[in-house]
Amino acid sequence: MGQIEWAMWANEQALASGLILITGGIVATAGQFTQWYLGTYSIAAGVLICLLEYPRGKRSKGSTMERCGQKYMTRVVKLFGPLTRNYYIRAFLHLGPGAVDPLLTALLSPASTLAPARLSVPAGFLLATILGTACLVIASGIYLLAAIRGEQWTPIEPKPKERPQVGGTIKQPPSNPPPRPPAEARKKPGEEAAAAAGAPTGGPQENPVPVTDEVV
Amino acid sequence: MDQVFEIPEEPNVDPVSSLEEDVIRGTNPRFTFPFGILFSTFLYCGEAASALYMVRIYRKNSETYWMTYTFSFFMFSSIMVQLTLIFVHRDLAKDKPLSLFMHLILLGPVIRCLEAMIKYLTLWKKEGQEEPYVSLTRKKMLIDGEEVLIEWEVGHSIRTLAMHRNAYKRMSQIQAFLGSVPQLTYQLYVTLISAEVPLGRALAWARASARCLNFNSMLILLPVCRNLLSFLRGTCSFCRSTLRKQLDHNLTFHKLVAYMICLHTAIHIIAHLFNFERYSRGRRATDGSLASILSNRSHQEKKGDSWLNPIQSPNMTVEYVTFTSIAGLTGVIITIALILMVTSAIEFIRRSYFEVFWYTHHLFVIYFIGLAIHGIGGIVRGQTEESMGESHPDNCSEFFEKWDDPKFHCKRPQFEGLPAESWKWILAPSILYLFERILRFYRSQQKVVITKVVMHPSKVVELQMNKCGFSMEVGQYIFVNCPSISYLEWHPFTLTSAPEEDFFSIHIRAAGDWTENLIRAFEQQDSPVPRIEVDGPFGTASEDVFHYEVAVLVGAGIGVTPFASILKSIWYKFRHADHNLKTQTIYFYWICRETGAFAWFNDLLASLEQEMEELGKVGFLNYRLFLTGWDSNIAGHATLNFDKATDILTGLKQKTFFGRPMWDNEFSAVAAAHPKSAVGVFLCGPQTLAKSLSKCCQRYSSLDPRKVQFHFNKENF
Repeated sequence: MGQIEWAMWANEQALASGLILITGGIVATAGQFTQWYLGTYSIAAGVLICLLEYPRGKRSKGSTMERCGQKYMTRVVKLFGPLTRNYYIRAFLHLGPGAVDPLLTALLSPASTLAPARLSVPAGFLLATILGTACLVIASGIYLLAAIRGEQWTPIEPKPKERPQVGGTIKQPPSNPPPRPPAEARKKPGEEAAAAAGAPTGGPQENPVPVTDEVV
Repeated sequence: MDQVFEIPEEPNVDPVSSLEEDVIRGTNPRFTFPFGILFSTFLYCGEAASALYMVRIYRKNSETYWMTYTFSFFMFSSIMVQLTLIFVHRDLAKDKPLSLFMHLILLGPVIRCLEAMIKYLTLWKKEGQEEPYVSLTRKKMLIDGEEVLIEWEVGHSIRTLAMHRNAYKRMSQIQAFLGSVPQLTYQLYVTLISAEVPLGRALAWARASARCLNFNSMLILLPVCRNLLSFLRGTCSFCRSTLRKQLDHNLTFHKLVAYMICLHTAIHIIAHLFNFERYSRGRRATDGSLASILSNRSHQEKKGDSWLNPIQSPNMTVEYVTFTSIAGLTGVIITIALILMVTSAIEFIRRSYFEVFWYTHHLFVIYFIGLAIHGIGGIVRGQTEESMGESHPDNCSEFFEKWDDPKFHCKRPQFEGLPAESWKWILAPSILYLFERILRFYRSQQKVVITKVVMHPSKVVELQMNKCGFSMEVGQYIFVNCPSISYLEWHPFTLTSAPEEDFFSIHIRAAGDWTENLIRAFEQQDSPVPRIEVDGPFGTASEDVFHYEVAVLVGAGIGVTPFASILKSIWYKFRHADHNLKTQTIYFYWICRETGAFAWFNDLLASLEQEMEELGKVGFLNYRLFLTGWDSNIAGHATLNFDKATDILTGLKQKTFFGRPMWDNEFSAVAAAHPKSAVGVFLCGPQTLAKSLSKCCQRYSSLDPRKVQFHFNKENF
């Protein structure tokens, strides 16, 4: 159990809770339940959480599989710097919507005109979003554990493509390219070679055998 | 080209009993009766009849929505089936008006079934006579331009039966899914009929999905009972091996059922959200509607149990009811357990941090206990039998104002809680699973004697062990537990020894926490050897390897491990001239990034090479090693030592190749070397390689069933 990166699991859990929040919110809003405006809040919170959690962080050991199309969100999430890198902040953020939901309900319920004074209201969540909230609380707990163990969110960077060095290894064109004269003709004395073969060495090639262009 | 027209010899390979292989090899026409085709046709007709019957019922009850829904699903699936049959057979152009007509009236499967029967009977009558083959070849011999046609014609008569079978296979896949929708619809409709009035349709959705959840929860425990599956595999040894191979896909089935559970849970929860909302509104409504009367009046009855609306007072919130009723509380708890199980079972988490997955997945105990007590409270109410007798909702639901009138024939309806039924579904599988765990524990307590520990390079340890009563086959795997490292973790390892040896061995590579701890524990010379517990062996034996004359074995990376067992076993069988072994030649391709972690396999190949030389059978095993992780240094080194007899990297006689194999070249070489054999291609490796290999198999298999045929088998270890 030593090398588990809890942040990876917390990431999956938070993503799942975000989706559940969105679903619960849609059900509450579409069904026009009592206090359905809280449903709209949970849709918004769910969308934000999904966007934040979608880019998977890089594992510290081993290769990480990216989620499909996550590089665009990675850029955005990276912009926030320490806010998204630090897992303490994420833990607190996830606890936030989880806790804000019942707080909002408790605050708004006295002003609600639909129901008379409720005497026996324990922390009044909106039923449709309770599940998402509970899962989010669990995710924030796991993130807290990850933060205590010192994990960080590092973005997965695409590796820069190595440009092949064009022409780096080519210093000079070949000195005696084909068609070559037979071996005897190549063995010339030094000065004549230097004078007569000055052109082939290093310069444009001079054909030892006359070449005609045979165009019919 | 003259070789095409040789009189065919009887192929000497026993037919491996799988559908396509029977036909492709062109074995003598002792076909099996096409039971599958008959069964599919009956199923099709039965489902068509039931769909039409249901449409009639709906029309009688003037439920137009359900009627059109069922009818359109039936039509859609029927049309898909007809199109499938037409496209597989491709005989629209031929002059078959009766067939076309039957397709148009959606009775295509019936006419095709008749065709298949007739074809089978004609072939059956002609069995034992070789003329059909020979006469066709002799006839066409003179005409050069028609060689291709001949090959096609030779296989034609056998191919039509195969084509029928193929068509039916595809058809039944469509049928099985789409055709069963009418049954689901009927189920939904029946629960609709008994829907409670204040709740509209939502309760029906909740109850239907609850029933599906019961069924799926029953199914999900069965595929993970490993020992039960092994038992089934062993007792069904007379079954065809393709059927037994399905038992190997148990984890896939488990995952599919899990997805269904998630889906039905979502439907169930959403439906109940709507239910509770409507109950709440019914409780608070004071307008004298049916809903409010049913909700309010019943609570004032002297018989306190006859209520309908679980929300007792207008002040109570749905959240309060949720958390104070058994159903609500257990529902929330088991849903959270389910979500935790699913998020920790995502492939990425499971493969990277197995312990998280394994320990979290034990939350299923909470899930099952919660599921069993979920319905105990009787919160879903139905009208009592005697109350239905005196005041049926069909007669009385409209006259709810008059219920209190003693002279009126309808009385107030009485309700009672419907009993819990989940436990009936999950009791048997839970007991089976409990037995399975007890059996695993018992087997793990049996003594395992470690006879030898070999430390190979690159942190690979080989354990040779003995256990009383342990018998294995090639390609199986065992689960290993080491209590001194972790009490609860069991990890699977493929067996690398052959069944003919008197021990069984596994090779463990350091690839994570547990394995590294294990290797470290074995490395310490002074402390006693840690105790090992073994459960197994599991998995379908890869016995098909021995049934092919020529075997092409491809192992990629860690996938080479089962081939260690296979190669050793083949070698033993070959030396003892085992008549079960049909293999005459083996081509072994080993693809890995670098041989470091598999140096032990190197040694195995080297020893096999040596033994083959001693026996003088050098051509039996041909292997090629491909190193995909090479750089210019290694390549330069290899070119420098080109002339040496043994390879510098591996020390084997065969030279190492660099890069990936070019399968086209390999397959054509094998096809050229063995023009008349059935070649079995076995792969243990990644999915992409499987795709390219199966494509090559199809491409290089000859159309003539008597010539070289490549059969692709993919093992998923």
